[in-house]
Amino acid sequence: MEGKTPGFDIGAGQIPGELHLAAGQEAAAVGVCHHLRDYDTVTAPHRLHHIAIAKGVDLNRMTAEIFGRETGLCSGKGGHMHIFDMDVGFAASEIMTEGCPPAVGAALTAKKRNEDNVAVAYIGEGALDQGAFLESLNFASVHDLPVVFVVEDNDWAISMPKDRITAPRDGSKRADGFDMTGDRVDHDDVVAVYEAAGEAVGRARDGNGPTLLEVQVHRRMCHFMGDPQTYRSKGDQTAHRKRDSIERLAEDLRAFDIGDEELEALRDRGPRSCQGGDRVGPKNNRSPSRRLLTRTCSPTHPRE
Amino acid sequence: MAVPADLDRTMTMSGAMVEVIATEMRADEEMFYMGEDVADCDGIFDSTEGLREEFGRDRIMDVPISETAYIGAAVSAAQEGMRPIAELMFVDFFGVSMDQIYNQMAKNTYMSGASVSVPMVLTAAVGGTYNDAAQHSQALYGTFAHLPGMKVVVPSTAYDAKGLMHNAIRDDDPVVYLFHKRLMGIGWLPAPDGPKTGVPEESYTIPFGSADVKREGADVTVVTLGLHVHRALEAAEDGVDVEVIDLRSLVPFDEETVLESVRKTGKLVVVDEDYRSFGVTGEVISRIVENGLGDLDSVERVAVPDVPIPYSRPMENEIVPDSDDIIDSIHNTNS
Ligand SMILES: Cc1ncc(C[n+]2csc(CCOP(=O)(O)OP(=O)(O)O)c2C)c(N)n1
Ligand SMILES: [Mg+2]
Repeated sequence: MEGKTPGFDIGAGQIPGELHLAAGQEAAAVGVCHHLRDYDTVTAPHRLHHIAIAKGVDLNRMTAEIFGRETGLCSGKGGHMHIFDMDVGFAASEIMTEGCPPAVGAALTAKKRNEDNVAVAYIGEGALDQGAFLESLNFASVHDLPVVFVVEDNDWAISMPKDRITAPRDGSKRADGFDMTGDRVDHDDVVAVYEAAGEAVGRARDGNGPTLLEVQVHRRMCHFMGDPQTYRSKGDQTAHRKRDSIERLAEDLRAFDIGDEELEALRDRGPRSCQGGDRVGPKNNRSPSRRLLTRTCSPTHPRE
Repeated sequence: MAVPADLDRTMTMSGAMVEVIATEMRADEEMFYMGEDVADCDGIFDSTEGLREEFGRDRIMDVPISETAYIGAAVSAAQEGMRPIAELMFVDFFGVSMDQIYNQMAKNTYMSGASVSVPMVLTAAVGGTYNDAAQHSQALYGTFAHLPGMKVVVPSTAYDAKGLMHNAIRDDDPVVYLFHKRLMGIGWLPAPDGPKTGVPEESYTIPFGSADVKREGADVTVVTLGLHVHRALEAAEDGVDVEVIDLRSLVPFDEETVLESVRKTGKLVVVDEDYRSFGVTGEVISRIVENGLGDLDSVERVAVPDVPIPYSRPMENEIVPDSDDIIDSIHNTNS
């Protein structure tokens, strides 16, 4: 057990379960979602909070959900891995690539209704080998659907490096086999992602079919909070911390004469838009046994 | 209790499982282990701790995150005569690879008129209690036990884990070996005291279909498995003279041990961490009703209500049976 015994029990504390933080992956979320509208659909996997924020999910209610509150987006039943905010078209599933078929379905709906909605399915690079993803690529391609598959390549699938489990090295090459446009952004520069995603989302919105876009990002943290990362060299961990896309963006902005004060003001705006854990709403007041068996099926919507 | 009391070598459940795999792999070069994060990471639940150092990455294989491909590959390697173990990281992920499990692994022997056999072990982590929510906390014991063609094994202590694992690897048919995360003894998911037991150094097998009386008692029979063996033992400290039976395997099912106990107590409480309907509790009770109705004065079942496992701690605590729920049911058999 040496070196493999972290200081905490992931089932204890205020935010239990496997919490997957996304520090280092912001560019992939912001660069893509900036092109999306509220009615566009996004599906996300286990590492989802950066994407949720970029898609405009209600931050206070997401925070409440993370704390398991009744006021949370999913009444405390979903938790931090299974966030749903249908007001902005956001849904998540932790079973790898199982968000891809639903994204294809959202795109199919848009096509059938002749609407310009776009769907985006996010996956990690470790999911490039999963059936639901590959089947979805083919379905989207053969039906020319307005969907963009975004692969966040952070080099690691828990302890497994990309080259140990996936061929080819460049995941966007998967597109070739499905007669679909593929593109890869080799560094997590939010501006470069924004440009590549602009083309992909534009292609979908204009009815010109799907795109597979892979974006190099970085996993600054462990896989989930509590993962001791014994498989990962210290050098790799610190290298990833140094390649921060936010710092990169700050440098770019400085080159446009944006001063430190302005940058600070920008940074401040983020935290202020969310009230934080203690203020996200009342503590649960109904007993768990009362809440547990509610909303197990849909409220009925009579057909008009 | 089957555990010899005087053993001074205690082990965690994961330690006992790994010891067996290493022993069997040394003896049989045709054995190998496939799973996600089983090499450099030693298994998320310490299920392969130290094995990669000894056997290398060719035999302790990290695989693509393609459960259909690697579980199906294990089925075929087993049919070729090799002895693979395939690990499904969480049992909840069975959905993406279920065809290889229940239509191939489980059926090929029967469908081929027993002209092929599938001597493989499929291991998977099960269970909740750490707020990992609906897609990571299920037990699904009943799902696997329902589908014919698989033996289904669920250890609750290190001693049992060792004997059952030897048996699983040596079995010529597919065995599904479900280990409870909470019992493994992982740094980030502390186990209760119960699963850490004495474990003999030498190899031994525990035959499937041999339930274990973990506590003898005269008044009420509690039948359970996995984590809930320990919760039932805790509940048994409440004053009533409770007999606690650990099933250890669901397929085959040791009806005789349960019937014998019910003959003595007349009262049956079945406790399960799986969903209530169409599952383990219903099956155990109907077996006893079919063959021991005359001995039965009262029956209770304690299981997870038929909703997905919720994330928030108070809700999950409410849903997963605890020792108080078991105590209540024990008392109900007397009312
Ligand atoms: C079908 C399935 N298999 C395995 C897992 C367990 N699992 C969760 S995250 C993960 C690694 C994911 O790697 P990647 O896709 O690269 O995403 P990252 O964690 O790096 O963001 C694995 C194997 C799962 N959730 N679903
Ligand atoms: Mg990754």
